[in-house]
Amino acid sequence: MSALWIAVAVWLAAWALNVWLAGRAASRSRLGKMLVPIIFGATVLVLWEGLVRGLNVAPVILPPPSAIAAKIATSLPVLWQDFAQTILKGAIPGFLIGAGAAFVVAIAIDRSPFLQKGLLPVGNFVAALPIVGLAPILVMWFGFDWQSKAAVVVVMVFFPILVNMVAGLQASERMQRDLMATWGASYWQTLVKLRLPAAMPFIFNGLKIASTLALIGAIVAEFFGSPVYGMGFRISTEVGRLGLDMVWAEIAVAALAGSALYGLVSLIERWVTFWHPSQRH
Amino acid sequence: MKRALPVLTVLAGLVVLWYLAAVWMNSTWVYDQAERSGTEVPFGEMVAQTMNQDRPLLPPPHQVGAELWKGLFGQAVTSKRSLVYHGLVTLKGTMMGFGLGIAFGVLLAMAIVRFRVMDMSVMPWAIISQTVPIVALAPMIITVASQVGIEGRDLPKAIIAAYLSFFPVLVSMVKGLRSPDQMQLDLLRTYGAGEGATFLKLRLPASMPYFFASLKVAIAASLVGTIVGELPTGAIEGLGARMLIGSQFGEPLIMWASLFAAAILAGLLIVAVGFVERAARKRMGVPA
Repeated sequence: MSALWIAVAVWLAAWALNVWLAGRAASRSRLGKMLVPIIFGATVLVLWEGLVRGLNVAPVILPPPSAIAAKIATSLPVLWQDFAQTILKGAIPGFLIGAGAAFVVAIAIDRSPFLQKGLLPVGNFVAALPIVGLAPILVMWFGFDWQSKAAVVVVMVFFPILVNMVAGLQASERMQRDLMATWGASYWQTLVKLRLPAAMPFIFNGLKIASTLALIGAIVAEFFGSPVYGMGFRISTEVGRLGLDMVWAEIAVAALAGSALYGLVSLIERWVTFWHPSQRH
Repeated sequence: MKRALPVLTVLAGLVVLWYLAAVWMNSTWVYDQAERSGTEVPFGEMVAQTMNQDRPLLPPPHQVGAELWKGLFGQAVTSKRSLVYHGLVTLKGTMMGFGLGIAFGVLLAMAIVRFRVMDMSVMPWAIISQTVPIVALAPMIITVASQVGIEGRDLPKAIIAAYLSFFPVLVSMVKGLRSPDQMQLDLLRTYGAGEGATFLKLRLPASMPYFFASLKVAIAASLVGTIVGELPTGAIEGLGARMLIGSQFGEPLIMWASLFAAAILAGLLIVAVGFVERAARKRMGVPA
């Protein structure tokens, strides 16, 4: 039981520290903004470890973080192989193809307000549908390897990006477009110099939503058939064997990959849309 | 009519594309069959044959429609073959997850708005939680729940659905509860209102538009979560399970019919949330 009490004591002390930190002016600095959530996250791990050890929770229900860390350390090659299969071959190509297709379609229908008016509600509706349900069908079409995973990702990311892109292309103001017209700018010049930059905040909004959908799609598709590696495959087989430490190891990899992808998109967003109010602190 | 026409045109275009794709994808099978029996199929014959195969690669719309009709109205709603039955199972999971997600999201938002330390320590993790693909957790939540001794799949499904649906509610409620400006807050202070009264009479009503906007996202996310919860580990009830069964037994018609049933369910849920929103706005005296 002592492990439990130590963990609870650490938790309370860290929480008190956080309360103290949050109340100080220093917490508004960049360092303070990073420090407080990191302390919180670390204490969650300590509390988890203490709970599992103190209450003797069976490892088939919840393994302690130390066991998960040990598992990650010993099975790096397997984790890397799964990561390469699911993320590098499934999610990222699918994400790029889907985003590219949405970009092209949005520009293709840009000249027809009629099509836009029709496509926006349909796209909005489809974006809300449980598209993951297409996964078994696409696995049937494209086989078990990464092509089918990429295909699921393409379908999943296409509509959120398309809807945001179409909305973004309408974001420039009348006055700005009139100004371009007075300068004698052609359609393409207006598009490249005014409307695409104005659409960027919307596009990145769609890309951010899509970045998490991409991982979901790639992993779900593996539940319906995959080669004998890949994150979704590993998770479903290890759950069947009650190897929960391996499952958690994969989840940790998935969380890191998801956060990294999201972070990368945010970074590019900051670089591209530096002029937007939300980026100027 | 002016608004419906473009939508209908796009829909009609999609149906035409679908038919073309069906002919193209199913033709391989027709040509294979013909080659095996040593006959030639003219183009018109080939098109006709792609329209009503038993296990088409891509079923044309009318076949899906017929299967959907059969599933929805072909038998008693208590039958295991009825899509209404499976839809209700999925609906139950969705609503449980939706309720859990709303409760969790609103409570967390209240804590975050009230306590600065909550805002600083929990909010970044709430954002990170959404970059974790929940589907990675889904099979585990289900096995662990059964080991802990929770009967049935309703609760694990609801947890997965809640995990996906709490986030939009949380983000919107934080924004909404912070939306009253300093003037309004000062006015309440001059009235001598305490923190509870400020919350009930100013912050909560001010957050309602944000709340309802988030509900539409949350209900769709909740449905996705429920279906994902039904997919991975051998569920037998629910629309997700029907898709899995269709996939395992090589019955594309079942897959497509349950996919469209899920789409119809999603549409109904979004419309229902819209109704509740309109009723609430009217009740609060917002001009329509």
